[in-house]
Amino acid sequence: MFKKIMVPVDLAHFDVIEPSLQVVADQARHYKAEVCYVAVTSTVPGSVAHNPEEYQQKLEAFAQERAKVHGQPVSARVFTTPDPIAELDDVLIDAIDEVSADLVIMPTHPPKHLDVVIPSHGGKVATHTKASVFLVRPSQD
Amino acid sequence: MTNDNKAPEAAGPGEGIPAPEGPANLIDTDYVIGQDNIATTKLGVSLDLHGKVFTFSSLVILFFVIITLALQDQVEPIFNAIFSVLTGNLSWFFLLAANIFVVLSIVLIFTPLGKVRIGGAHATPDFSYAGWFAMLFAAGMGIGLMFYGVSEPLTHFGTAMGGTTVENGVRTDWSPLGAAAGNQDAAISLGMAATIFHWGLHPWGIYAVVALALALFSFNKGLPLTMRSIFYPILGERVWGWPGHVIDILAVFATLFGLATSLGLGASQASAGLSYLFGVPNTNATMVILIMGITAVALCSILLGVEKGVQRLSQLNMVLALLLLLFVIFVGPTLLIATGFFENLMSYLVNLPALSMPFGREDANFSQGWTAFYWAWWISWSPFVGMFIARVSRGRTVREFLIAVLLVPSVVSVLWMTSFGGTAIDQVVRDGFQGVQEAALELQLFVMLGQLPLTAITSFVGIVLVMVFFITSSDSGSLVIDSITAGGKVDAPKPQRIFWALIEGAVAIALLLGGGLTALQTAVITTGLPFTLVLLAACYAIVKGLTSEPKSV
Repeated sequence: MFKKIMVPVDLAHFDVIEPSLQVVADQARHYKAEVCYVAVTSTVPGSVAHNPEEYQQKLEAFAQERAKVHGQPVSARVFTTPDPIAELDDVLIDAIDEVSADLVIMPTHPPKHLDVVIPSHGGKVATHTKASVFLVRPSQD
Repeated sequence: MTNDNKAPEAAGPGEGIPAPEGPANLIDTDYVIGQDNIATTKLGVSLDLHGKVFTFSSLVILFFVIITLALQDQVEPIFNAIFSVLTGNLSWFFLLAANIFVVLSIVLIFTPLGKVRIGGAHATPDFSYAGWFAMLFAAGMGIGLMFYGVSEPLTHFGTAMGGTTVENGVRTDWSPLGAAAGNQDAAISLGMAATIFHWGLHPWGIYAVVALALALFSFNKGLPLTMRSIFYPILGERVWGWPGHVIDILAVFATLFGLATSLGLGASQASAGLSYLFGVPNTNATMVILIMGITAVALCSILLGVEKGVQRLSQLNMVLALLLLLFVIFVGPTLLIATGFFENLMSYLVNLPALSMPFGREDANFSQGWTAFYWAWWISWSPFVGMFIARVSRGRTVREFLIAVLLVPSVVSVLWMTSFGGTAIDQVVRDGFQGVQEAALELQLFVMLGQLPLTAITSFVGIVLVMVFFITSSDSGSLVIDSITAGGKVDAPKPQRIFWALIEGAVAIALLLGGGLTALQTAVITTGLPFTLVLLAACYAIVKGLTSEPKSV
């Protein structure tokens, strides 16, 4: 049913994405889909990498690691934006078409009051794309 | 907006630090950006801050707000005394330093070093020319041009006409250079030259140096985007310790109080304009509402991000400013402005050596009270403007960058001053209309527009321009402060930006109601002195950094 799964990844906040990675592996195996790991970063040096190219290399290494886990083909793409915090959603929405993914799997937080001011990324992406979106909440226990 | 980056096949993942896009020369340091940061998620709000810089700058801000509010009468004379010592005794230092910045910037345009590309040889620009240029201008001086465009040429023209007065062997007049007593044409020419001098190459040279140094050390050398990175060639690894913290805290101080005081003064000016135009009562309540409104819009703009927020607002402002400029040119004395543009440009260039001479000045009041004051002002703003310019300038070559940051804005300043100041002077000398000269400083623009048709519309556009310039300043200022207090991270959580924007508004309101805005502004300008040293270091760093960069093809 799904051919290509896009997985937004933030290497700086690995703990946030970790729970959803198992879901990604299961779905990828189930649908025999390719997994495209996508990161959005600033052009300014950050904690993960000094520049987008270094980030790309780290992301590719990460993707290869994941390929060993789920055995499906992987790819990695870094997208840059001058303002990754504010423009993350828009970049991800464009990225879905750019990598032609038909399923997006990303972690999200439980609903909270602050969402009114700062909406969750997953929710925003889901309302603006034709692709299916699987939002993984942190485990309850 | 986005561009994908294919990693070079030769370099394996995780093996050392690869080059930025194309050849560049990274600085090899063990410092990891954000290593001193405190990251936490409390009450559902996530934070990621540089512990020391954030804590100390918050404390310094709190301390200064409290003492200026509580001990207003005591601190104001102290700040004033410090400042007059600075501009009086050290005016040569400010003038000399500013000359160095301009000369370096111009020289770099013509040397092969100008070919170096910010962000690596194959980096591509993040913004279009229009968006980029609009942001440079809005951040740099938009608001100032609105307020001094009319008043400064008029003032210099007036003092130059008055000629020199000497008491006890000391000149007591405020006119530039040797004045032009009674000679109207010469006084206009000198007045315009002096004004353009303060709004031309020198301020933009100051911004260019800071911005270029930051952009170079961040995008090409891989250091964090904070002021301390400029000092890396001098201090080495010590910039990650207290010397670096102090530089960053100072930058936060100058940026926040520079913005807060301008926001406060700007609100009083916008409020005066509204009362002049619509009879809105010019009270504290109006100003507080204005500050809250401006902060609220700035918050929306922050949430939208640089591309949809600041960039769009800046472009809107460029269009409005252009319309207002064209209106004044075509409805005002068109021919006079057209010829005046070239005459003033010539007059500026002819008088430039004398005006920028740091030593042996006879016009002490002018060179210390005006020029040194302006230089200290621009320099104290430079961390803010410089960091913002740096952040949006990736992908440009050094030459392109310097032409866009130094030459183009200077020419625009000449045109702006000629149009607004020239029209106002023309109203005085030809129509004998004294209204503008007699009006309060914040009303001079509106009184000048009042002599032209469609006053209601143009004055309204003027007020809107002032407010939008403040919104963009507040927005970009919050981005800059957030990035400095997050140890150079630009991807720190959003609530931090919101926090800083709110603090700016709150500090502005507190100082406006409690008094002390001007006292604090004096304090901000005194940060010009330490930052002049930072900028001189930046000059050294730029040359050193650029010579170790591969040229772009």
